[in-house]
Amino acid sequence: MAEIVPLTEAVRDLVRDGDVVALEGFTHLIPHAAGHELIRQQRRDLTLVRMTPDIVYDQLIGMGCARKLVFSWGGNPGVGSLHRLRDAVENDWPAPLELEEHSHAGMAAGYAAGASNFPFGIVRGYEGTDLATRTNIAWITCPFTGERLAAVPAIRPDVGIIHAQRADEAGNVQLWGISGVQKEVVLGSTRSIVTVEEIVSELEPRPDAVLLPAWTVTAISVAAGGAHPSYAHGYYERDNAFYVRWDEISRDRDRFRQWMQRHVLETADLSEYQRALQAREASAV
Amino acid sequence: MTQAEASSYTAEEMMAVAAARRLADGTVCFVGIGLPSRAANLARATHAPDCVLIYESGAIGAKPRHLPLSIGDGELAETADAVVSVPEIFSYWLQGGRIDVGFLGAAQIDAHGNLNSTVIGEYERPKVRLPGAGGAPEIAAWCRETFVMLRQTPRTFVERLDFLTSVGQPPDARAAAGRRGGAGVTCVVTDLGVLEPDPETRELTMTELYPDVTIDDAREATGWDLMTAADIRLVPAPTSDELEALRALKPANEQTVTS
Repeated sequence: MAEIVPLTEAVRDLVRDGDVVALEGFTHLIPHAAGHELIRQQRRDLTLVRMTPDIVYDQLIGMGCARKLVFSWGGNPGVGSLHRLRDAVENDWPAPLELEEHSHAGMAAGYAAGASNFPFGIVRGYEGTDLATRTNIAWITCPFTGERLAAVPAIRPDVGIIHAQRADEAGNVQLWGISGVQKEVVLGSTRSIVTVEEIVSELEPRPDAVLLPAWTVTAISVAAGGAHPSYAHGYYERDNAFYVRWDEISRDRDRFRQWMQRHVLETADLSEYQRALQAREASAV
Repeated sequence: MTQAEASSYTAEEMMAVAAARRLADGTVCFVGIGLPSRAANLARATHAPDCVLIYESGAIGAKPRHLPLSIGDGELAETADAVVSVPEIFSYWLQGGRIDVGFLGAAQIDAHGNLNSTVIGEYERPKVRLPGAGGAPEIAAWCRETFVMLRQTPRTFVERLDFLTSVGQPPDARAAAGRRGGAGVTCVVTDLGVLEPDPETRELTMTELYPDVTIDDAREATGWDLMTAADIRLVPAPTSDELEALRALKPANEQTVTS
């Protein structure tokens, strides 16, 4: 049954060095605040899983938290490369990074299999590509039609982490808008952390919402604004300017480290991080 | 492109216009960010108001009023007929064979429309680590047709890919086994013109050129011995209506083709 705890506590109790951790979010509701807490608590040797690693994964990789990345598209959406990811792969900085890469369809099938407690998912793909030789799949034959299909192992992280709009006091989680693989990652993970914009006394049912009942979630933490620079539908918009700015901040190793020091390592929590960001913006004006 | 032309429209605008004109009204498109999104939204704003735009973030029938920066902007969810989960979009809609035209970009393309969006150099120690496959392998295999959009240079149009991320043309074996699947890459829209597979050899052949582009320009920009169609067509420059509609879409920022 979900417990409502501060984020520092949730990360301290539920994420261990060497864990397989998936912080999911398909552009929307990306759990940045939780990622920053992993960096502050200096988790190491993580296997990070995510369909679309973007800024928060660039930060985790650049700060040396990751040993391996399982992914299908790693970039700064609409802007360009992830410089810290590239530096790790191309130059082993700050540490070598093992890659396991899939297609989006492959990872989506792996997550759906994880949520269903199936051993694998199936994809009509990979055939004829070099990915087939680099990724973790096996070929199977359909017992009914004879069709050749790719089997993708179920994705079952030790810890699944997502951000949602809100939860109630009993620990039921509600999220809406673009919902990515958020439901699948929570159901497929051994433990889960859900950060939310707010906790309300009663959840108003929404016909288009994803609901994760309290008994499917391990911990819930309030993190208002915790998806920034991504967005929380109905709460705040995507900070597109920050994605563009990240390209400059992350390009240079020293500038990246200084930025992380000032905004993440030297801040105790999300509200101090937000103040550090605002101070920078005020001084820039 | 001459100075006078360059001041009236950009190469990217010409590419968006050329791709948009190829979309018939009612076409169901699987759209990526950047140029494909510009092209599909331009079609919707001009001759093809009933084009259905599907974004891989799960937005079906999105009608954005301005171009999204990312594939999952709130604008897409707010204007969509429906928003479904990512596993659903890739299984029911894409691999289920319900998409007419899928768009792809890439860092490299070969003469058979195979694409590389994974690495430049060796896989284990790449010179450039690119974002990776994303939806490309299944888009190329399961949309009825695939349109590729990228700039034509000897570095992108290569004899041999560094990595084969998505397959340009369906293997004959698939047709023989009676499997469903698309026709593969049916056109490549570049900043010089358009290439299409030769009906006999299946090799990508220059079939259209933009104003002020010569066959020699296209040959010089291609890393293999480029075939050109006997009846190569001239693509008319963007009309003022097309440019006006395109500019009214107000992109969130200038996009690159490969991201």
